Amino acid sequence: MSVAAARVAPAPALEVSAVGLTYRTTSGPVEALRGISLDVRDGEFVSVVGPSGCGKSSLLKLILGLERASRGRLAMDGREIAGPSRGVGAVFQAPVLLPWRTIEENVLLPADVMKLDRPSATERAHALLTMAGLGGFEKKYPYELSGGMQHRTAIVRALVHDPRLLIMDEPFAALDAITREQMAIELQRIWTESRKTVVFITHSIGEAVFLSDRIAVMSARPGRITAVLDNPALRPRSFADLTKPALAELSTEIRRHLDLAIQ
Amino acid sequence: MTDLATTETPATDRHSARGFRASAWRGLERLVSLAILLTIIEGGIRVFDVQPYVFPAPSAIGLALYDGIANGTFLHALGVTLTEILGGFAIGSICGITLGIAMVQVPLLDRLIYPYVVGMQTVPKVAIAPLMIVWFGFGISSKIVIVALTCLFPSLVNTIAGLRAVDSDRIALITAMCGSRAQLLRYVQLPNALPYIMAGLNTGIVLAVIGAIVGEFVGARTGIGVLILQANFGLDLAAMFAVLVMIAVTGVVLSFILRQIELRLCFWSGKATK
Repeated sequence: MSVAAARVAPAPALEVSAVGLTYRTTSGPVEALRGISLDVRDGEFVSVVGPSGCGKSSLLKLILGLERASRGRLAMDGREIAGPSRGVGAVFQAPVLLPWRTIEENVLLPADVMKLDRPSATERAHALLTMAGLGGFEKKYPYELSGGMQHRTAIVRALVHDPRLLIMDEPFAALDAITREQMAIELQRIWTESRKTVVFITHSIGEAVFLSDRIAVMSARPGRITAVLDNPALRPRSFADLTKPALAELSTEIRRHLDLAIQ
Repeated sequence: MTDLATTETPATDRHSARGFRASAWRGLERLVSLAILLTIIEGGIRVFDVQPYVFPAPSAIGLALYDGIANGTFLHALGVTLTEILGGFAIGSICGITLGIAMVQVPLLDRLIYPYVVGMQTVPKVAIAPLMIVWFGFGISSKIVIVALTCLFPSLVNTIAGLRAVDSDRIALITAMCGSRAQLLRYVQLPNALPYIMAGLNTGIVLAVIGAIVGEFVGARTGIGVLILQANFGLDLAAMFAVLVMIAVTGVVLSFILRQIELRLCFWSGKATK
């Protein structure tokens, strides 16, 4: 009975179970992550919120396959993550655009590196750029674009090879508060249209509540997940919705867990 | 006609027209200041009756330059020396860049070769020039080798520095895309190193001029260096200054050409992007 049920239920897009990570440093081992477990379903938007230095970025490196876990298991679509995968698109804190490439060429970088079919990739890149409001900027260079546009380019680049999973590491941390809200609205729209599975790392509670289906709260040193909270609000959401009772309560709940985490 | 054309062109063209006018003005400034300086020197030499074997008057230098160019000896010598400079520069720089890439890609090679490269660099090129004449003769090839050895170091060092100065985010970016080391080199490291390499080439071309002249001093049949020695033996200081002016102009022109290539190739350099 249970075996049959397990066979029917699809494997989660991302499976993190009992993962621990210990760095070896000159002054002895440092435990960055302890007993992290988190399943992300297909098409789900999950945020990870936590104080600075809680190991959010370490978790991200594990998911990207840039580093190996000391303990536990990470899997994508049921297959263990052993290294970088083509099924993942990454957006870092900085846009990391190559200044010698035009916006279009920057977006096509994954296609070049993964040796994808150039014409169809270009077509997809143009469609994505238009969707992100960057139509007409294909031949511009990154330094000719504003900070927000550079970040949108980085998101489009992460989507161009049609990854299963989109990993975002505090992608708007460097932006001013107003641009930041606009980017979150933009991301909600892009997500609604592309329906990617997203893991979004942030230390903004508002951003997490605005964007996510579920929010994982992390504690510092060693990083642990102290709570996973559901966000019941329907989409499209606006930042004004954050003041509505249900979401305000959710924010308070996150804050309470963060406070506990800090203590 | 031209006025009409400039008033009707869009903003970007008008901007470049203004840029052209500004650079033309700067050129004029330099010419005028040079003319004033030369006039002062000329006047001083005439007033104090300085002998031409002590310091030749600018007018005498100009005349010697004209004579040398008109009778073909200067241009022939310049042709020989320029061949040495450009040949040696090309060989030295290509070797330097290739070796730099190899040393960054293969750490073992770096550990094995680098001490020798530094050791070779500390030996003055003048000191090994006689050896090169013994090995490669009085012809053009010995000078090309000397110039190549001179240019090798700056291009090598700058290539290594440029390839290593890659932002860790850019490495993570390529790695997360399943990129190989060869792809990291091609898509990130080499373009990143380009401004460094161009700076190395610019140092190299100036050193190449010095290397070629030094090589010719030690042993050659023709070339700018030989002209200098001949003028020196004849105490013909006007001719000597004329040759020096020619070398300086050659060096400036070569450096300027490289700078223009650099501005085209590294158009993005210095523009803020993260």
